[in-house]
Amino acid sequence: MTMTPLLQVQGVTKSFPGVKALSNVHLDLRPGEVLALAGENGAGKSTLMKLLSGIYTADEGEFYLNGEKLEVASPKHAQELGIAIIHQDFNLIPDLTVAQNIFVGREPRWAHTFLNERALNVKAQELIERLQLPLDPKQNVGALTVAKQQMVEIAKALSYEAEVLIMDEPTAALNDAEVATLHELIRRFIRPNTGVIYISHRMNELKVISDRVTVIRDGQYVDTLDVQTTSMKEVIALMVGRSITSDATPVGVRDDREVLLSVSGLNTKDRLKDVSFDLRKGEILGFAGLMGAGRTEVARAIVGADGIESGTITLRGKQISIRNPAEAAKHRIGYLSEDRKRYGLLLEQDVGANIVLSAVSELYAAWGFLKSKSMRATAARYVKTLRIKTPSINQMTKNLSGGNQQKVVIAKWLVKDCDILIFDEPTRGIDVGAKEEIYVLLNELAAQGKSIIMISSELPEVLRMSHRVVVMTEGRVAGILTADEATQESVMHYATLRDDERPGDPAERDSFETEQASPTDVNSDQTAGKR
Amino acid sequence: MTASGVVTEKPISRDLASTIRGRLQQFLAFGGLIVIFVFFSLASPDFLTFSNVTSMLFSTVVIGTLAIGTTFVIITAGIDLSIGTGMSLCAVMAGVFIVHWHIPLPIGVPLAILFGGVIGLINGFNVAILKIPPFIATLAMMLAAQGLALVISHSAPIYFDTVPAYAAISTGNLIPGVKFPNAVIVLAAVAIIAAIILNKTVLGRYTYSIGSNAEATALSGINVRKWQIIIYAFAGLFIGLASVLISARLGSAQPALGQGYELQAIAAVVIGGTSLFGGKGSILGTVIGALIISLLNNGLQIMSVPQEWQNVVLGAVILAAVYTDNIRRRKAAM
Repeated sequence: MTMTPLLQVQGVTKSFPGVKALSNVHLDLRPGEVLALAGENGAGKSTLMKLLSGIYTADEGEFYLNGEKLEVASPKHAQELGIAIIHQDFNLIPDLTVAQNIFVGREPRWAHTFLNERALNVKAQELIERLQLPLDPKQNVGALTVAKQQMVEIAKALSYEAEVLIMDEPTAALNDAEVATLHELIRRFIRPNTGVIYISHRMNELKVISDRVTVIRDGQYVDTLDVQTTSMKEVIALMVGRSITSDATPVGVRDDREVLLSVSGLNTKDRLKDVSFDLRKGEILGFAGLMGAGRTEVARAIVGADGIESGTITLRGKQISIRNPAEAAKHRIGYLSEDRKRYGLLLEQDVGANIVLSAVSELYAAWGFLKSKSMRATAARYVKTLRIKTPSINQMTKNLSGGNQQKVVIAKWLVKDCDILIFDEPTRGIDVGAKEEIYVLLNELAAQGKSIIMISSELPEVLRMSHRVVVMTEGRVAGILTADEATQESVMHYATLRDDERPGDPAERDSFETEQASPTDVNSDQTAGKR
Repeated sequence: MTASGVVTEKPISRDLASTIRGRLQQFLAFGGLIVIFVFFSLASPDFLTFSNVTSMLFSTVVIGTLAIGTTFVIITAGIDLSIGTGMSLCAVMAGVFIVHWHIPLPIGVPLAILFGGVIGLINGFNVAILKIPPFIATLAMMLAAQGLALVISHSAPIYFDTVPAYAAISTGNLIPGVKFPNAVIVLAAVAIIAAIILNKTVLGRYTYSIGSNAEATALSGINVRKWQIIIYAFAGLFIGLASVLISARLGSAQPALGQGYELQAIAAVVIGGTSLFGGKGSILGTVIGALIISLLNNGLQIMSVPQEWQNVVLGAVILAAVYTDNIRRRKAAM
């Protein structure tokens, strides 16, 4: 028997300059079901959501709601059509109350002009009772916990009588009890004429809440599986199972290198929990994990950009305390942010000024006066050796391409002669050719004896570059793998571990060992067959 | 690998073009200056007289000195509202040091200038360490400085009659044969020194860096807080210097002499093409801006335009200057 899908996505393609974000993707949401949508970072899930909410328009393809063609003009239009989307970042106004937030833009009024606060609160109270949420309409949203803020978002979404509810990573910031409450809420929402699309990285959650799971990878549809008859390992294999374009493997992997930097028991107030690892001389240490796993926070804590609560950092056997990035630079530790434009570059200044920036007072000044000539010579030299494509060192940095901007940031830290370089997403927003150049450069730097921490959300990148891989999840280190042990499956496995199933649990440990013993198991073949 | 990274001929001309485009605001301001100057010369026979030009230059000296210091602060994406009343307070302190305490000029004058530095230092501390937004921190200082100036002077002017040499700092002719008063020469010297500091020293480089992107500068290993304090304190020295120049000219330290100067100085900086968003600006532009403002003030006065309308004109000029800058920026972005 075939029933009309509640929501149907057919052959949808969406390109951005230089990237094909979605290519011929299809998806069916049946009435009365929870459909999980799984895929790695950058697989195209968010793009799909934005198409459904009318933020983007598809290049090709169609959407159908209850069999009727759907043209979504704007997020507001989507809500009116009965599609409610709860984004990962909430769209709430912290200084307004729960009721004011739920009905923002639709406030009940007197004489079309004056706000009717009482009617607003009554309406909100009715909605909250209908959804059985533990909320007070008159409370300020800013004072609520993340879980309750999310309930406000859900109430807001459902106040439009939604048929389709789409949730993007709804449990990213929730604890187990809150996750259970959320799932309860989803079950109450589900009726024969409604459906939920549930996007999550967390495999065990998908198992609990969803009926089917659709996997997308690199912007393409992979498969849709019945959750009850599918192991989550299979889903992971489908998520990551792309063939790596290049056969490159880490170079210069050795285990006899001396430890240069040792981080032990690092805790921060809001994110990191007991993070410990060693960085060896001349090593590329990959940091893998899903978005929000705390990798950037580790980097920022090491260089003193954010404060730490407890834990020690030892450099060359001596414990050091780094209070700000200036002190980190004195210890020859450089941090290259994932957000180059915001944290890495002076976009309105020229290339030369950017390259020498971190070394100005140390190397290029006498009595406070700049040594312009030697500064310019150095900048020109690095432009040449790193093959930065720029008409001259006087070019404004904002006019360079992403890859060349990244090289400018790298040059800045090479001028400073750093021993430890922390690269956060070194190839984000960089085209394929330039990526290769950055990889070559990283390998050269490691070969010269520089120690590199490479944070990356691209698994193939982590696997081809890293001598060892630290996998993080939820602010802690879930596992440290050698280059041999690290496979797409093993890394993903650690990256999706929840707090309650850490490797310390004996029952779980068995399954880990099996997995590591045969890192490329049956699933890879299965994946290969499907491609 | 010779093709990449090597500077070729054609891009150099493109560089030159972009330099000119970057300086366009200055050219426009300079053009505006000439136009206004010619206009007043033709409109009023009293304008182009030696005594009037001298008096106009005097007012440029005060606005210009304050504006040059403020240029540094504004390039860091900060603001300093305390320069006007800070100048009042410094002038009063100069009176206290020199008239009341009989401190000799060679020590008393530098003390007054350093006092301006202290005002800037406090502003810098409040902005960099206490993280108070510059607008608020310097607004508070503006009020406090005015109050202190009145308290210390008992709301009465302090006259420098007993120290005739003091007045010569501004009105004397240091260089024989040059008829322009010392104050004008001081402004010229200050402008040149400030331009060198802004373009050729670490302090100048970090001023631009912090204004372009303070976060990136901090992550590049530069102690941004320290440099912010230094820059505000440095800018404060100009408050002190301006206070000496104005009180020497007036022959007295009046506790409210600086009121209104903060806005004129900031206007001069903005007309000169310095971006309130930080990262961009020049001393030359600021000097041109200061000239435009004192030219307008003076010319309109000579043409008997009431003070109220002078302010309206000044407001319109500021809007026009910033609007042309916005258009230029939007074009450059395309």
